[in-house]
Amino acid sequence: MKLSDLQTIAENELDFQRAYKYRINVCCSSGCVPFGAFKVLKAFEEAVKEFGVERECKVARTGCVGTCSVGPVVVVEPGDYLYQNVTPEKVREIVRDHIVLGLPVKEMLYSNEAYFKKQKRLVLRNAGKIDPYRIQDYIAMGGYSAIVKSLATMTPQGVIYEVVSSGLRGRGGAGFPTGQKWSLVARAHGAPKYIVANLDEGDPGVFANRTLAEADPHAVLEGMLIAAYAIGAEKGYIYIRAEYPLAIQTLQRAIAQAKSMSLLGDNILETPFKFDVELRLGAGAFVAGEETAILASVEGRRAMPRPRPPYPANSGLWGKPTLIQNVETLANIPLIVLNGGLWFSKIGTPKCTGTKCFSLTGKIGNPGLIEVPMGITLREVVFDIGGGVQEGGKFKAVLVGGPSGGCLPETLLEQPIDYESLKNVGAIMGSGGIVVLDDHSCMVDTARFFTEFCVDESCGKCTPCRAGLARVKEIFDGITQGDGRMEDITTLEKSSVYIRDASLCGLGQTAPNPVLTTLRYFKDEYVEHIVDRKCRAGKCFKKEGKP
Amino acid sequence: MSRDGNRRMLLEKAMKEHNYQESALLEILHKAQGIYGYLGKDLLMDISQSLNLPPSHVYGVATFYSFFNLTKPGEHIVTGCLGTACYVKGVEEIIQAIEREFNLKRGETTADGKLSLFVTRCIGACAMSPAIVVDDEVIGKATKEVVIERIKQALGGAKA
Repeated sequence: MKLSDLQTIAENELDFQRAYKYRINVCCSSGCVPFGAFKVLKAFEEAVKEFGVERECKVARTGCVGTCSVGPVVVVEPGDYLYQNVTPEKVREIVRDHIVLGLPVKEMLYSNEAYFKKQKRLVLRNAGKIDPYRIQDYIAMGGYSAIVKSLATMTPQGVIYEVVSSGLRGRGGAGFPTGQKWSLVARAHGAPKYIVANLDEGDPGVFANRTLAEADPHAVLEGMLIAAYAIGAEKGYIYIRAEYPLAIQTLQRAIAQAKSMSLLGDNILETPFKFDVELRLGAGAFVAGEETAILASVEGRRAMPRPRPPYPANSGLWGKPTLIQNVETLANIPLIVLNGGLWFSKIGTPKCTGTKCFSLTGKIGNPGLIEVPMGITLREVVFDIGGGVQEGGKFKAVLVGGPSGGCLPETLLEQPIDYESLKNVGAIMGSGGIVVLDDHSCMVDTARFFTEFCVDESCGKCTPCRAGLARVKEIFDGITQGDGRMEDITTLEKSSVYIRDASLCGLGQTAPNPVLTTLRYFKDEYVEHIVDRKCRAGKCFKKEGKP
Repeated sequence: MSRDGNRRMLLEKAMKEHNYQESALLEILHKAQGIYGYLGKDLLMDISQSLNLPPSHVYGVATFYSFFNLTKPGEHIVTGCLGTACYVKGVEEIIQAIEREFNLKRGETTADGKLSLFVTRCIGACAMSPAIVVDDEVIGKATKEVVIERIKQALGGAKA
């Protein structure tokens, strides 16, 4: 395929789409599929035929819209009418009234404008709009034009310059400047160079990367292609959790399509540039998301981290220079190339540009997947977008950053969301999990729960993490079963600091965050458990085998 | 050809596709578990010989990752999601209710081999939490009554 062919494909596809008056987008993401999305899709395909409107109404399977709690969801274009809790039984009515008669079925519509109002969709630009199984859909939305632009008009250094000036930082959680990382790998000696796209979304309660891969797989591939061109890599791996079968299938198909159109492989777009992508399946290890552990896993070994330096930029896969990047970071790249780094740098805050995807869950009105500009406050996310605490509960805390994040109280809700602000209050950006807790949750039990998770997931290589966390959990078991002593609080604090400061990798370094933040903001609950043997949420003191 | 012979052939094909490379060990274990249902000791020995890797290495990798089963699972599999969102919404009580009702602990299989109860860290159905998977069906916004009823149905109406 030549550069000009891409434009022809885009134009043909747009003509094809314009021939339809309506388009029904049925979300077939992991959030909606278990609740019958495929049956709804089939029912729509049958219904448009039954009413004889198949020539003016296109039924498409798409990725996630974000309102996962009211699935299956369906969007009718034009006008973006969002139908919630759609069942095959309701489909005929929607087709008859909305498509045939032109009257949207009001009582089935999702009527929460606030949910979308404060969001900004860059990474999820195509989610819910395109069919992830059709590369033409992506091309019609301007897809692969960024790699064309890079190859035709930019030098590798020019691409890196745009990424540097965009201010983009790694979305996997640590927030390392992406452009700087690319420069390091580009300058590193050794060949071949590799790219590893990190889709090992191991944090419980987080599903943003999965949603991206299921909704817009080609955005990830295009980001990888541009990165490969910039740093001079020939081979890339996408490391994905085996627990994500639909995302795996979607990516496999996307890779095959891109290969068949010579967008992957040798002589890409009839230039000397070559790059190939392979999937690598994880197998259930939280620590595999750590950058040196992911390398071990891609090489077929136990996912155990190693000390750095050497950094993967110099010595990564099989000792060669390797760029490791979260898939959300990669999906930003085509936009930066097309619109320029300067354009991107004006979104978000000066130090923290762009947007971030969050999985919003817990005791909240509108759980789902959101994308917001950096710098938005936690209050806006929890109350304006999330709809606040529901089911008669009262807001107690918000957990930001997954199992190694921090539990923040109501007084900190005005905190803007960016890497530094979150770190200052004891939380982390992590991979983007926000869980809202209400007064039915006990903060001591919550900290115990996360510690237990990290004990399970510790790889066992370094002592502070392996032995320290196990000891912390024992203390928690004591406190929550009625055997707590006041000195436990000091021991918890001290051990947590030791574990944080002495662990080898990010898992151990951040694992004490929930303990430290609950001690900092909810100490009274610890004291209540120890002195009064009382749990105000009614969660503790009922473990079996204890008096 | 016998069923075992067929399975062995599929496994050989998978290993050949990866040129018997050490770096493909995880992929091959995934395939093997898909073919045999679990990774028994003989199977791991077989893989270690075919890939020319020490058995300790293959066993080490297989036990490191929680996705791999080293024992034969029950006919029906119930998986409780112990992700954060599900935990906050009370999945622990549902799992305990299943343990009481069917008299088994998490991670175990009933003596008659009919039912296994596993827990997992997040299946990603967080917006529909709490979630329990019964065989391949995800039950969202689950309650213990609904889940226990569904398991009983799967077991054929009779209590295990």
